[in-house]
Amino acid sequence: MELHCLSGLLSLPYCYLSGCKSYRIYAELLAIPVRSSRLPLLSDAMPAPTHLFPLIRNCEISRICSTVCYCHHKHLCCFSSHFAHGHFRYAPQKRFAALYRPKENFNHFIHARDYASTPQRFYLTPPQVNSILKANEYSFKVPEFDGKNVSSVLGFDSNQLPANAPIEDRRSAATCLQTRGMLLGVFDGHAGCACAQAVSERLFYYIAVSLLPHETLLEIENAVESGRALLPILQWHKHPNDYFSKEASKLYFNSLRTYWQELIDLNSGETTDVKEALINAFKRLDNDISLEAQVGDPNSFLNYLVLRVAFSGATACVAHVDGVDLHVANTGDSRAMLGVQEEDGSWSAVNLSYDHNAQNEREVERVKTEHPKSEEKSLVKQDRLLGLLMPFRAFGDVKFKWSIELQKRVVESGPDQLNDNEYTKFIPPNYHTPPYLTAEPEVIHHKLRPQDKFLVLATDGLWETMHRQDVARIVGEYLTGVHHQQPIAVGGYKVTLGQMHGLLTERRARISSVFEDQNAATHLIRHAVGNNEFGTVDHERLSKMLSLPEELARMYRDDITIIVVQFNSHVIGACQNEEL
Amino acid sequence: MFLRLLSDVRWRPAAPRWSGAARCPRSTSAAAEPPPAPLPGQARVVVCGGGVVGASVAYHLARLGWRDVVLLEQGRLAAGTTRFCAGIVSTARHVSIELKMADYSNKLYQQLEQETGVQTGYMKTGSISLAQTQDRLISLKRIASSLNVMGIPCEIITPKQVAQLHPLINIHDLVGAMYVPEDALVSSANVSLALATAASRNGVQIHERTSVSHVLIQKGRVTGVETDRGKIQCQYFVNCAGQWAYELGHSGDEPVSIPLHACEHFYLLTHPLKEPLASSVPTIVDPDGRIYIRNWQGGILSGGFEKNPKPLFTEGRNQLEIQNLQEDWDHFEPLLSALLRRMPDLEALQIMQLVNCPESFTPDMRCIMGESPTVRGYFVLAGMNSAGISYGGGAGKYLAEWMVNGYPSENVWPLDLKRFGTLQSSRTFLRHRVMEVMPLMCDLKVPRWDFQTGRQLRTSPLYDRLDAQGARWMEKHGFERVKYFVPPGKDLLDLDQSKTFYKPDWFDIVGSEVKCCKEAVCVIDMSSFTKFEISSTGDQALESLQYLFSNDLDVPVGHVVHTGMLNEKGGYENDCSIARLSKRSFFMISPTDQQVHCWAWLKNRLPNDSNLTMEDVTWKYTALNLIGPRAVDVLSELSYAPITPEHFPSLFCKEMSVGYANGIRVMSITHTGEPGFMLYIPIEYALHVYNEVMNMGQKYGIRNAGYYALRSLRIEKFFAFWGQDLDAFTTPMECGREFQVKLDKGMQFVGQEALLEQKQNGVYKRFTMFILEDHDTDMDLWPWWGEPIFRNGRYVGKTTSSAYSYTLERHVCLGFVHHFDEKTGEELVVTTDFINQGEYEIDIAGQRFQAKAKLYPFSSLFTHRRRKDEVELSGYQRE
Repeated sequence: MELHCLSGLLSLPYCYLSGCKSYRIYAELLAIPVRSSRLPLLSDAMPAPTHLFPLIRNCEISRICSTVCYCHHKHLCCFSSHFAHGHFRYAPQKRFAALYRPKENFNHFIHARDYASTPQRFYLTPPQVNSILKANEYSFKVPEFDGKNVSSVLGFDSNQLPANAPIEDRRSAATCLQTRGMLLGVFDGHAGCACAQAVSERLFYYIAVSLLPHETLLEIENAVESGRALLPILQWHKHPNDYFSKEASKLYFNSLRTYWQELIDLNSGETTDVKEALINAFKRLDNDISLEAQVGDPNSFLNYLVLRVAFSGATACVAHVDGVDLHVANTGDSRAMLGVQEEDGSWSAVNLSYDHNAQNEREVERVKTEHPKSEEKSLVKQDRLLGLLMPFRAFGDVKFKWSIELQKRVVESGPDQLNDNEYTKFIPPNYHTPPYLTAEPEVIHHKLRPQDKFLVLATDGLWETMHRQDVARIVGEYLTGVHHQQPIAVGGYKVTLGQMHGLLTERRARISSVFEDQNAATHLIRHAVGNNEFGTVDHERLSKMLSLPEELARMYRDDITIIVVQFNSHVIGACQNEEL
Repeated sequence: MFLRLLSDVRWRPAAPRWSGAARCPRSTSAAAEPPPAPLPGQARVVVCGGGVVGASVAYHLARLGWRDVVLLEQGRLAAGTTRFCAGIVSTARHVSIELKMADYSNKLYQQLEQETGVQTGYMKTGSISLAQTQDRLISLKRIASSLNVMGIPCEIITPKQVAQLHPLINIHDLVGAMYVPEDALVSSANVSLALATAASRNGVQIHERTSVSHVLIQKGRVTGVETDRGKIQCQYFVNCAGQWAYELGHSGDEPVSIPLHACEHFYLLTHPLKEPLASSVPTIVDPDGRIYIRNWQGGILSGGFEKNPKPLFTEGRNQLEIQNLQEDWDHFEPLLSALLRRMPDLEALQIMQLVNCPESFTPDMRCIMGESPTVRGYFVLAGMNSAGISYGGGAGKYLAEWMVNGYPSENVWPLDLKRFGTLQSSRTFLRHRVMEVMPLMCDLKVPRWDFQTGRQLRTSPLYDRLDAQGARWMEKHGFERVKYFVPPGKDLLDLDQSKTFYKPDWFDIVGSEVKCCKEAVCVIDMSSFTKFEISSTGDQALESLQYLFSNDLDVPVGHVVHTGMLNEKGGYENDCSIARLSKRSFFMISPTDQQVHCWAWLKNRLPNDSNLTMEDVTWKYTALNLIGPRAVDVLSELSYAPITPEHFPSLFCKEMSVGYANGIRVMSITHTGEPGFMLYIPIEYALHVYNEVMNMGQKYGIRNAGYYALRSLRIEKFFAFWGQDLDAFTTPMECGREFQVKLDKGMQFVGQEALLEQKQNGVYKRFTMFILEDHDTDMDLWPWWGEPIFRNGRYVGKTTSSAYSYTLERHVCLGFVHHFDEKTGEELVVTTDFINQGEYEIDIAGQRFQAKAKLYPFSSLFTHRRRKDEVELSGYQRE
């Protein structure tokens, strides 16, 4: 009842929100903090949702439940297409205190669920939780030769946990076969997963080609020209769920070939600098994505695909490891972090990337210098680029790159599906001097030291729930198997059995979560999703978070994709000594 | 502090103490000590280890009159595991010999203070073992039955009665308990000191801070020890070094393998309660919670056996001294939780200390006792599995008797060092096994339990073939043997769920295997048998064997003889089948676990003659047992040789070809009383012969079978098995095997006199078969072994084995009946009439079932083709 009144008062756009509101009440009942959500297209009109709450809290709970569920159902049906295509970027907000005791909450929740059409189990057993967490996990160990691993990388663990359906994150890992080095990357898509998918398939080829010496490029080109077998460029390390699109491979290959042909023509004769190669590859791929969308393809499926790729967006955070040289190229707000073990055994984190978003002052400065002063105010609003986009750099997203005319022309000549989509037709407000967005990465070079034990690449789904210091500690302790919990000694203190028991139970909870995981990335996800206020994994919470229905999951967490690369300290130490 | 336990127990040896020990923890006081007494140059016995076990051995040796004994201790007396142990004397034990040891220890400690004047802190508090489940209660009831017939007071009580006996206990999750009022608490260190004091008064010399570095061995005999303070010549050496016994065993001229391994063991000490616990409050054992709780100076002492033990000293002794072992609270957490669940009021009780005291464990949870099979005069008593105080007294007594008399007064085979060989000596094996054994201390002991660690060590060449056909395995002496075959498509319960005291899940599977043995033919892989070949250039082999075995071995070549290998008292040291391969060579088949014992027994008794050779050929032959009426058809088709009873009568052995393979030793015995053959196949032919047998047997309905079927068959035929039914205290006369003894074979043999005497005077116990009458196989508890037998309401003995007979559709128990005088309890002669004229009952966990006693097997069960005197009455497996 109350909600109806509210939505009436707050005019039509709030109906979108009242859908969200219902989730928020679920959250209250679940005692899980809900992610604050903002619809980018309506953000100007949106008040802080917290203000509505005191009103609701006073209401009789059962009435709210029924009303809410009614709303939830209706709005979700009506506006699901907007949910699916809209671009959401969420920032963590202060969590709401749980108002009710968990038991009551749960009963109410069950009660509420009676009205929903999809009955679901809400308490997952630990094995069920594990099977969800482990569904996408992947591990790769660098093979040993002659009983020795001469690579500076021991291997990597990766995993992803979807919140969107389908997941919009992608990950890639590959070994460069014609040059030395290993490439690893995480890609966070928005407005769909098409762009992230394309980037995850293509970027490493662009990087590998950029790194290749002139002779190898010639050799490859000759092989293609004469129809001979091609030298393999990359060896991929893929989870079975990480697919490559077969249909577009020819198109992608042609673009790539054009790139290396240009590289051959440009032959500078200089040895390739990794940093430059990374920047060139990023820019070139984004350029190709843009061009392919403008040119189109006679095949209608491919035509629609290249348009979806170009109109959606993706951030990328890519690491290239070759011996002690670690390069991280980052575009957008995914993050790379180095785990360093201090002499006393404790763990600390070193950032190897800068987030490209409104929180980064340098980045805001950069955007402002690239556009006339008259636009200064409209460039960044609500911490978003043009009030819409959270990452300040990204692949795709031609809506922020093309001129209005080009956008209109492409959309109009494009397939019907594109025309029907409100989002693609929508031109960002205050759109005067495109491009507003670039895919050019910032590259950080780091010389690995023996104390650098691992590298974490992860999309912002992880970083918004966990501090990097905690990430370093959790992964470090997981990988070394050592928990820096001081052994307890009673000594001369007065300790009762009850006190000791309480202390031990808590310590046990902290340790036990480690042993369930064989994959560092899985372990990290378990913490990211299941951590309670004490920093320990709470099974009940984990179970609730993972049993959220598909349409609700997005409200509580973002897609999380993590790659944890473990370094070989012995090899790194040896390299260092050689250099000295 | 905890060391106060010791403070009032200053050990004052008669001899002045040695000073300047580098490793002495209290150097300030050591500096003031006078120099130690010099070591004697020689002694009859050197005992190494000054814990309760070593002290007990010395004490009992002295009591038996051996005064020339030296006890060496590397640190201080009772300073090792003994100092730290919880001091609980508990008689609630599963194995009969352990129960007897604990009972004796209890009685010994009780009067020790009076005997020696040393305070032992003995306090008869009683103990209560709690049951949280019905299965646990059954297990306790079984123990209670055993205790009661031994005259140890014991009763099963309700949770309410538990609450009356103990003020703090939470009883809401209990289903019952067992109360043993005579169980006691002692100060373990003081008990050791009292034993040492008494021993020293009887002439035993005790030297502290003297460590044995080397045991001198010449020609397979102990000749002396080297210590850090000089050499002592001796005839006997006793290794009581506890958790160091393994290493000490390997520090001699010849290694003596003593399979034990240490694990950390934790217990908690608290400050006194506000209202201090009375010193008479019973000790609580909560096996389901894996803990024990005793009162300790008004507070409590509580420890337990966790599921995830921490083995240590795998690589031998290292810098980690016992004193430096750390308290590990995180490890103790499950036990602390169990304690607080059992006694919630203890929450506010203040902790004093968590004690970490390593205990040594053995591969089968029983202690290690006896003489080394390879070195004469080298005795061992160690591996107490954290029950050193309970067993120390009794074990010391048996070992002392063993040394003085040549044999102990009870059957200690379950504890004999010779039940192990070097194969149990791998450190990896021991480390893994003790990690399983320590939690088992508290686990439910159900029938037919198999260890899960240290498996697949010895296997038949057919292992993979059989495994692929659904074999389920058990292990004996490291050898994998098939229990039964799970038919395709059928699934059994998983391990934990299959634990039961009732009808097991394999009942029908074994039933169909038995049926196949009775009606068609089955093949059982019995390769684990111990096989020796004894041969000589002249008649030495025959002469020696005739002396060592009771049956007449001077039979025509090709005959198989069942015979006992008896000791001087006529008791079975081994029960075997011997085939005469030629005039001068014999092939001997013994039970699997006889490999070490039988070898040592024969080695020590065969003349030292280079023309007489004995070889262990166990590993050379795979043994297949073809059981069933159609075995003869399968074999004759495979060999193209006549195998009819006329050509191949029972108890014959022929070398013949089977399939392409030649030289297969075929014997017309099956160890079950059923018709059939044993095939001894050189291992390289094993797979071929097996395949041939299975292919050819198909038309006769052949199938695989396992040891469970074999056991059912042999028990319904009243076949006694060595190790299970027969032991060194059982003579052929007592088990109806007079026909296997040839008193008139024309020459002396070991045990002859004792048997002659028995023949004249009669026997004092009689092996009897019982058929349970009113027992419901589906609903009632199954018998196992060790159940008391009652005749006309009076206890007369215990069962030794049992099985369900699929033929009789009844349970059959085998056991010994004694005749105790109604007034004096004196053992009287057991006559056939005495057996036949009684009403019998078998007590299964407190419930009595009527049983019919029989002294002879059912004749109708036998095949008619065989002559009665040819019927083999032997078998070897021990379940």
